[in-house]
Amino acid sequence: MVLMRVRRVGASALLIECRGGEQVEAWRRELWRRREAGELQVAEIVPGAHTILLDGVDPGLVQELVTWPPPDSISRDQGPLVEVPTVFDGEDLADVARIWNVSGPEAIDLLAGTEFTVAFCGFAPGFAYMRGLGEKFGVPRLDTPRPRVPTGSVGLAGEYCGIYPTASPGGWRLVGRTAKTLFDVREEPPALLGPGTRVRLVPA
Amino acid sequence: MITVVRAGPLTTIQDQGRPGYAHLGVPRSGALDQRALRRANALVGNPPSAAALETTLLGCALRFDEPARVAVAGAQAVVKLDKVPVEAEVIEVPAGSVLDVGRAIHGVRSYVAVDGGLDVEPVLGSRSTDTLSGLGPPKLVNGTTLAVGFLQSPLGAADKSDISGQLELGVWLGPRDDWFSGRELFDTAYEVTPMSNRVGCRLKGAPLTRARHGEMASEGVVLGAIQVPADGQPLIFLADHPTTGGYPVVGVVDDVTPLAQARPGSTVRFRELH
Repeated sequence: MVLMRVRRVGASALLIECRGGEQVEAWRRELWRRREAGELQVAEIVPGAHTILLDGVDPGLVQELVTWPPPDSISRDQGPLVEVPTVFDGEDLADVARIWNVSGPEAIDLLAGTEFTVAFCGFAPGFAYMRGLGEKFGVPRLDTPRPRVPTGSVGLAGEYCGIYPTASPGGWRLVGRTAKTLFDVREEPPALLGPGTRVRLVPA
Repeated sequence: MITVVRAGPLTTIQDQGRPGYAHLGVPRSGALDQRALRRANALVGNPPSAAALETTLLGCALRFDEPARVAVAGAQAVVKLDKVPVEAEVIEVPAGSVLDVGRAIHGVRSYVAVDGGLDVEPVLGSRSTDTLSGLGPPKLVNGTTLAVGFLQSPLGAADKSDISGQLELGVWLGPRDDWFSGRELFDTAYEVTPMSNRVGCRLKGAPLTRARHGEMASEGVVLGAIQVPADGQPLIFLADHPTTGGYPVVGVVDDVTPLAQARPGSTVRFRELH
């Protein structure tokens, strides 16, 4: 059994350290399940790239946490699949293809052929960091962020793919755009792409 | 109906905030000085969940179409009813009168609660304006009209705000204290800079010495987290903080409410909690 590292965060939060996105997702599912079952009192369960934050907990929970069997990250208890119609005409698509050392159409095939999983959200409400490309297809951020990236822009940064729910400044490399609404406060949940959601960018 | 006569530089509607959506990137938001909000609400018999106004440094002025019971808490400021200063914290405002909350003499943010609560459409369970994401009602401008609700609660009591130009804040070390090698945070004093806002209180002082370099992977952050960007100057996250961050958090401030009232130039000292 692998010992888990849990760090204290102030008086009422804990941070679980994981090995990579799949383990984060496995823990997220497990913690979600325990909360639903009434076994876990927690205000927020916030996944990150390699960690998961439990905010609004009794710090004594740490003793209990380390006795819980680590969830199996191999079992693919699949999250919902969302298809995002995407026009692949981003301003940085040619640069991304060059970084990957492939042609433009091959880059599009690669993006459209990848099943992404939302690792975590942040930056803005409904902005999902989607993993699936892997380190091999990582791309650096732009040296100078754009002052305004339009709503629905699909971009890449590091090994993540993300879609801007609203227009904002941004340094991700833009590969396409979608007309799909990603965040709507009248919906429950308000974000289309929450943690654990599987995503396909379908050429439109 | 209330009409905003003088909006001030940043007057927003705030309540206890928008918890429960951090995993979707939605900040908590809510009043920066929750103690002052509780007090203002308690004084007019509102439940703690009622929405009130939060002003910034220069106050605001409001005209009331209907008679109202109003309480002002938080920053110390001269409050005038139809240009006449009033001493009481609870003010009976007659119909047609203008209530003016003046410039903050001590502190930064005044809270103006109206008996019944401010009635704007809640967004994800909260009436708070989130200055980071834009969720909730827009900030007040001259001419904005506000409706009053019908919330009721027994009259209560709540502590006064903690206002001082010299703050001593308790800090729990971690989660990323192992990224730093020095004790600057506890050995030296820091100064609140004018760059501070509802997202965070930016400090200036001895830069924290990094033990580890390079980038940290993004992770969830909490209210009061002391985030340290590359320049080593600490930034304490307040209510509108982003839900995840990519800079290491050296420690977490136990109670951020005094920072809501800390003016630029105030001195902050940290004390380690165990």
